Amino acid sequence: MDFIFIAQQSISAAVGVNTIIFALAAIGLNMHFGYTGLLNFGQAGFLAVGAYSVATLVVSFDIPLWIALLVGILNSVILALLLGLPTLRLRADYLAIVTIAAAEIIRQVARSATFNKYLGGSDGITGKFGKDFFDLNPFQNGLNTPFLRYNGNDLWVVVTGWILVIVVLFVMWLLVRSPWGRVLKAIREDEEAVRSLGKNVYLYKMQSLIIGGIVGSFAGFVYALSRQSVQPDNYGTALTFFAYTVLILGGAARVFAPIAGSIIFWFLLVFIEQMLRQAVGAGYIPEWLIGVNQVGQIRFMLVGLGLMLLMIFRPQGIFGDRKELALDARA
Amino acid sequence: MPAPSQSNSRRDIALAALAGITPTPGVSKPDPIIVADNVVRKFGGLTAVNVGHLEIQRGAITALIGPNGAGKTTFFNLLTGFDQVDEGSWTFNGTKISGTPPHKVARMGMVRTFQLTKALYRLTVIDNMLLAATKQKGESILRAALPFLWNAQEKAATARSEELLTRFKLIDKRDDFAAALSGGQRKLLEMARALMVEPELVMLDEPMAGVNPALKQSLLGHIKDLREDGMTVLFVEHDMDMVRDISDWVIVMAQGEIVAEGPPNVVMRDKAVIDAYLGAHHDSTLEQDRG
Amino acid sequence: MKMGKAQLVRKIALGLATFFLISSFSTSGSALAAGTSSILAGEIKDSTSNPLPGVKIDLTGPNGFATQLTSDAMGKWQVEVTSTGIYDVTLDQASLPSGQALTDVTKATRKINVLMLGTTLTVLFPIGPGAEKTPILDQSAQLLADGLILGIIIALAALGLNLVFGTTGLTNFAHGELLTLGGLLTYFFSAILGLPVFAAIPVAVALSAFIGGYLQDRLLWKPLRKRGTGLIAMLVVSIGLAIFVRYVFLFIFGGDTRQLPQFAGQAGIEIGPVSITPKAIMSTSVGLLLLIGATLWLLRSKMGKASRAVADNPALAAASGIEVESVIRSVWIMGAFLAAFAGIMVTLNQGVSFLMGQDMLLLIFASVTLGGLGTAYGALVGSLVIGVLIQLSTLIIPTELKYVGALLILIIILLVRPQGILGRKERVG
Repeated sequence: MDFIFIAQQSISAAVGVNTIIFALAAIGLNMHFGYTGLLNFGQAGFLAVGAYSVATLVVSFDIPLWIALLVGILNSVILALLLGLPTLRLRADYLAIVTIAAAEIIRQVARSATFNKYLGGSDGITGKFGKDFFDLNPFQNGLNTPFLRYNGNDLWVVVTGWILVIVVLFVMWLLVRSPWGRVLKAIREDEEAVRSLGKNVYLYKMQSLIIGGIVGSFAGFVYALSRQSVQPDNYGTALTFFAYTVLILGGAARVFAPIAGSIIFWFLLVFIEQMLRQAVGAGYIPEWLIGVNQVGQIRFMLVGLGLMLLMIFRPQGIFGDRKELALDARA
Repeated sequence: MPAPSQSNSRRDIALAALAGITPTPGVSKPDPIIVADNVVRKFGGLTAVNVGHLEIQRGAITALIGPNGAGKTTFFNLLTGFDQVDEGSWTFNGTKISGTPPHKVARMGMVRTFQLTKALYRLTVIDNMLLAATKQKGESILRAALPFLWNAQEKAATARSEELLTRFKLIDKRDDFAAALSGGQRKLLEMARALMVEPELVMLDEPMAGVNPALKQSLLGHIKDLREDGMTVLFVEHDMDMVRDISDWVIVMAQGEIVAEGPPNVVMRDKAVIDAYLGAHHDSTLEQDRG
Repeated sequence: MKMGKAQLVRKIALGLATFFLISSFSTSGSALAAGTSSILAGEIKDSTSNPLPGVKIDLTGPNGFATQLTSDAMGKWQVEVTSTGIYDVTLDQASLPSGQALTDVTKATRKINVLMLGTTLTVLFPIGPGAEKTPILDQSAQLLADGLILGIIIALAALGLNLVFGTTGLTNFAHGELLTLGGLLTYFFSAILGLPVFAAIPVAVALSAFIGGYLQDRLLWKPLRKRGTGLIAMLVVSIGLAIFVRYVFLFIFGGDTRQLPQFAGQAGIEIGPVSITPKAIMSTSVGLLLLIGATLWLLRSKMGKASRAVADNPALAAASGIEVESVIRSVWIMGAFLAAFAGIMVTLNQGVSFLMGQDMLLLIFASVTLGGLGTAYGALVGSLVIGVLIQLSTLIIPTELKYVGALLILIIILLVRPQGILGRKERVG
C-alpha cells in the first residue's frame, strides 16, 4: 500500500479543481437554501447554463471567451428569473419540483440530437474554448511537490479558481452580514412576519435566487474551462445532490462552510477510493467482494450513506450552528 | 425616564371627539383613519365577513370584539392585506388600499401584530428590532455589499432600537436569541418591533392571549402609550377587563357583521351584543354574567 | 513508482472517470481500449424506449474502413475503430420494423469525428412512429395507447408516493428505487435463479413490499418520526438513501440494462390502428386491476378510510382512535407493492437498470404535482395526463425531447393552477 501516493492524490484533490467547482456550486446553494430557505434542486442547471454558454459561444460562434463568460452570467440571471417568477409566490415544494424539472429540461435539450449542431448532443462539446484563458498561464511547468501535484494548465485553473472562490466568499460575507442578509434570514424563518414589517419578500427571494444562480454559473465556467469540455450528463441531478452534500457537510448558513465541506468531501472521496483500490490491488480485499472496477461505485454508496447519517445525526454539519438551523422546519 | 402614561391628554381628545356619536353600527366618525365599505369575504359557502360600513377614529383606541368565529381576525387580515377580499373596499388616510399587498400596507403606516407571536426566534432581539427599521439603504442588494453606504443609518437604527428596548424593559435581552425569551417578553418584543416601523395605525391581534396577569398591566400601559405618542390603535380581544379598561370605542362583530359599536359601557349593555355572545333568551349583562 | 507525465495522465483520467461515474449515464459497460482504439456505439430504441433488434448500421471511414452491423436483442450495436478521422454512420431505414422510422429521414447518416483514441462515442438515431407510413390518426391512436400504459405505470408508482406524503409529510426521493427493486428482484429470480417469469413476478413484488415498504418504514422512517426530525431533513435523508441504494444496485447488478429471460423480443398484436405486445396487454391489465383495487381500498376499506383521515389531520385521527402507526405501515407496504409492479411493467418492456428509479422519479413527481399533492385521486389523474401528454407530444416534438414537453407542461400548469388539477384552491403560497 503506497500511502505517500494516496496522500498526494487525496491532498491534491482536496484543494483541486473539483473542490473549487463544488465549493462554488455549494456557495450558490448556501445563498438559496442556507440563508433564504429556498429549495433549489436545480443548481446543476445553473452550472450547465454557465458551462454551455462558454463552450457553445466560443466553439460554434467564435465569440471571444470573455464575452462568452459575460453572456453566461446573463443567461444564469435569465434562468433564475424564469424559475423564480412563477414559483416564488408559491409553497416551498413548488420551487423544488420546478427547479428539478428545469435542470432536467436543460440537460435533455443539451444532449438532444435536435440541437446537436450547437450543443454537441450526448457527447457534448470538446474544444479549445479556453485558449484565451490558458494563454495567460504563467505556470507552464506545473507543480511537483510531495503533497501537491498539478500540471501547468491544472495549476492555473486551481490558482485562479481559488482566487475566484475567495472573492465570491468575501462578497457573500458582506451580503450576509448586511441588513439585506438580515431580511433574508428573517424570510427563511417566517415570511409573514417580514411582510408585516413592510418588506417585499418576493423581491428578496428573487435576488437571492439570482445571486446564488450566478455563483452556480461560475462553477460551470470552472468546470468547462478546466476540462475544455462540456458533457450534458455531468449536469444531472446527481451534481445538485452532491452539492447539497457538500453544503450540509460544511454546515449550511455558515459563509465559509461550503469550502470546508468541499475540501473534506473531495479529500475523503479520493482517499477512500485510493485506499480501496490499493487494498483490492494488493489482495487485502478479495476480488469476489469488490472488483477493481467497482471501487468507484463504493465511493458513491458511501456518499449516499454519509448524507443520510449527516442529516440524521449532525444536520448542522461540521461548522453549523444548531440554533440557526433551517432544517428542523416542517416544510 | 419620563413615564408617558401620566399625561392623558390624547385620551381626553379621543374621548371628546367620540363623545357625541350615536352608538349605531356603521356610524361616521369625525376624523376616520380607516373607512371600509361593503367588505365581503366568503369561504366556500360560508360568509366570514360582511361589513356594510365601518369607520375607525384616528388617535383613539378601538376594540374589536365578538364571539369566536365572528370574523374578527378575518376582517383584520383583510384590512392589512393578508387576505384577499371578495367584494368591497376600504381606505387608509383617504387612499384606497383594498387589494394592496401586505408589505405595502405596512409601509403606508398600518402595522399589525399576530395572535401567535411572530418573534423571529433565530434572530437576536436586537436583530428583530433592526429588521423593522424603515427605508434601510443596506437592504438594497446594490448597496448591501458596501458597508460604508449604510453604516451610519445602521448605527442610528440601533440607537433607536435600544431606546425602544429600554422602554419595553427588554434591553438586557438585547443579544439573546428571541427563542430564549418568555412568551410575554416575545409579545413585548413584537410590539416594540412594530413601533420601529413608525406606524400611524397599530393593529394588535389578541395582544393579551396567553399573557400572565403580571405582564398584562405592563402591556396595557404600553398600549395606552401608543395613543399618547399619537398613534391610532385597533385591537382584537376577548379579555373584557382590558377592553373596558383602555378602549375609547368598541366595535362588536358577530357572524361576520357589525352588530354594535359605541363606548365600552354602552356596548356592554346592548342587548344585541349580549345575544351574540350568549345566545338569545338571556337576561343578564355581559359583566354580570362574567362573575 | 514513476513520477511525471504518466502520473498526470492517470490523475486526469481518474478525474474524468470520477465524473463519468457521478453523472451516472446509461453505461454500456464497454472497456476503453488502452488508448489504441475508440468505440462507436449506439442503441436503437423506439419512441417508447423499447429496443429494436435487427436494425442494420453501415459504417465507412478513413483508410477504407467499411463494415455493417446489426443491432442485437437490446437494440445495441458497437464497433471498434483504430484510426482517428471522420466516420459516416448510416442507419439502413429498410431494416427498421414496420411502423418505425427515423424522425428525420434526412438525418439517416451521421458524421462522427473521432478526434482521439481511447474514447467511446455514442451515435443517436431518434426513432418514432413512421411519419410517412402511418396517418396522423393512427399514429395518435398508437401514441394514446402507449400514453395510457405509461400513465398506468406512473400512477402505480405515484399512488404510493402520494399516500406516504399525505400521511407522513415525507417527500420520498428514494421512491423511484422501489420500482428498480421490483424489476431487479424479478430479474434475479428469473434470470439468475431460473424461475419462470410468471412465478418470479409475484415473489419479487412480495419481497419488494416487505423490504421496500415494511422494512424501510420500520428501520428508517419510523425512528426518524419518533425523534421529531423535520420534514426537510427527512427529504434530504431520502436523497441520501436514493443515492446509496442506486449504487448498491449498480454494485450488485452492474450497469447494463438487464432483460428478462422470457418475452424479450415479443411482436405486437394489431388491434385496429394500435400495436401492443401480449406482455404489455397482460401487465397493463394486471396493473389496471391493482390500481382499481388500490383506489377501492382507499375509498371503501377501513384501513383506506383511516389513511385518508390521517392524511387529512393526524392529530384528530389519532384522537378518534385510529392507530396512526399501523395506518402508516399499511400505506408504506401498499406503496412499495404497487411501485414494484410498476417497475416490473417497465422491465417487461424495456429491461431494468440501476437508473430506472432516477428516470421515473421526475415523472412521478410531475404527475403528483399536476394531479394535486396529497389528494386521493390526484396521483391517478395526473399520471394519466402526463403519460398521454408525453406520448402525444411526439407528434410535434422530437421523440428524444418528449420528457421535456411534459416537464414544460408541468411548469405551465403550476403557473396557472398551482394546486394541481384536483387540488383544493387553498392558499398554496
